[in-house]
Amino acid sequence: MSANPRAVDRYDAASVWRDFPILAREVHGRPLVFLDSAASSQRPQSVIDAVDNYEKLHHANVHRGVHQLSQEATAMFEHARERVREFVNAASTRQVIFTRGTTESINLVAQSYARTRLRPGDEILLTALEHHANIVPWQLVAEQTGAVIKVVPMDRRGVVSLEAFTSSLGPRTRIVACAQVSNALGTVLPVREITRLAHAHGAVVLIDGAQAVPHQKVDLAKLDCDFYAFSAHKMYGPTGIGVLVGRESLLESMPPWQGGGDMILTVSFEKTTYNALPFKFEAGTPNISGAVGLAAAIDYIDKLGIDRIHAHEQRLLTLATEKLSRVPGLTIIGTAPDKAGVISFIVDGVHPHDLGTILDAEGVAIRTGHHCAMPVMDFFDVPATARASFACYSRESDIDALVDALARAREVFN
Amino acid sequence: MDLKDLYREVILDHNKSPRLFGRLDPADSSADGHNPLCGDRLHVTLRLEGDRVSDLRFDGKGCAISVASASMMCEAVKGKHRDEISHLFHEVHDVLTRHDAPVPEDLGKLAALSGVRDFPVRVKCASLCWHTLNAALERSAATVQTE
Repeated sequence: MSANPRAVDRYDAASVWRDFPILAREVHGRPLVFLDSAASSQRPQSVIDAVDNYEKLHHANVHRGVHQLSQEATAMFEHARERVREFVNAASTRQVIFTRGTTESINLVAQSYARTRLRPGDEILLTALEHHANIVPWQLVAEQTGAVIKVVPMDRRGVVSLEAFTSSLGPRTRIVACAQVSNALGTVLPVREITRLAHAHGAVVLIDGAQAVPHQKVDLAKLDCDFYAFSAHKMYGPTGIGVLVGRESLLESMPPWQGGGDMILTVSFEKTTYNALPFKFEAGTPNISGAVGLAAAIDYIDKLGIDRIHAHEQRLLTLATEKLSRVPGLTIIGTAPDKAGVISFIVDGVHPHDLGTILDAEGVAIRTGHHCAMPVMDFFDVPATARASFACYSRESDIDALVDALARAREVFN
Repeated sequence: MDLKDLYREVILDHNKSPRLFGRLDPADSSADGHNPLCGDRLHVTLRLEGDRVSDLRFDGKGCAISVASASMMCEAVKGKHRDEISHLFHEVHDVLTRHDAPVPEDLGKLAALSGVRDFPVRVKCASLCWHTLNAALERSAATVQTE
């Protein structure tokens, strides 16, 4: 059932699907149906080729040698930084720091920014739907400084309202850290308004954009948050590379987080002077091929058009929500009006882990478990959920395969 | 890889109607087991007569494999000596993890767990209850030693 043939014309999902070689493989003798992109998305051929080309022809260490390869590698690495800057509309590449991923980006801010500033009794404000990566780094820094963690509650739909935010902000709120999109529930948070409210209270804002950047346009000039973190591997790029974009004045004032090569200007045993931004925060040889892959992933997203990807995924979300709602005994966890292409659910009498195994036998890959968001599971009083998530390459037929596989699970557990 | 081999009748039955489900109060020892990967949580309480587990119960939340394994384990070890339980644990462990291991005849119902070895990520579901029971038994032994 095709809801809107015109939308299909504009967005050729079948052709996008063919850009991703892994999707053509079989699993347990059945065609792979990959519905776990929120955990990690697959790579298109263009990203694979870009990394391959770099490895075969251009690799050397960056920012070091005068020889040709080092210059080529440096140019490609710095080009990737510029592509990231354009992609999220940051003002300057000095604000774009390469990290290992969202987790490291958040830890950098917690240790370099927060640890040096927080005083006992200061408050770090998180929301109830955060991923562990946006909880634990703050708990560590709270222990180190005597700061206190406060949590903005959500309602039964998984919505964190601006009213709830407003009443949680106080005179001691120093840092607000929240996800733009919940990985476990799909909820999209009004981060622009949240940032405005937090700034009005004098708090600094970090947005965990890991689940947002692959699915919707992110414009940091408009968003105006102080720190924005995301990972390449959730946006069709390689694992092991991510980004922290920070407000330049804050980054300037922060001490380096890790010491080593590349982050220094001069070193003696008495005193070291640190390199300028962004290199001050990039100690050691970086993940150069990862950055090259990330740039290729951005090129790929730009080619498809992030707004068209968004529209495609929203259409699939609506369709999947309808179809899954009709599955007997299935309950969707997370029913916010504004959601990304993520559907968490439970099925009466079948534990999510068993669902995962049965669906896998049918070739359908979903995530099962607590999604690194155990407080969210506790809130909904479930030990775990099953989660299907969409990407640019997801198809209507993937949803049908999921629904069929769920029927098979009910058969096994009659 | 055959789902029927994993979800055998006896496993589905024990999942639907777990035996020896609940908690003993008072109990001589207890332990919690937690599998953070899937969120399974089990609690085992037991009573001892000397070195024999005279009675035990389990409760908690988990997938079909972990609930059925715990239920079958409780049935199998009730009334048994520590040493027999330890022997049984090793046999079950082998059946769960070693592809070439023959299924010992004295395993009884527990032999139904042999299908799990074709599903490596599920082995921990089946062994959680045994590790929990072990912890409860070790704790009771430690208590005995310190007294």
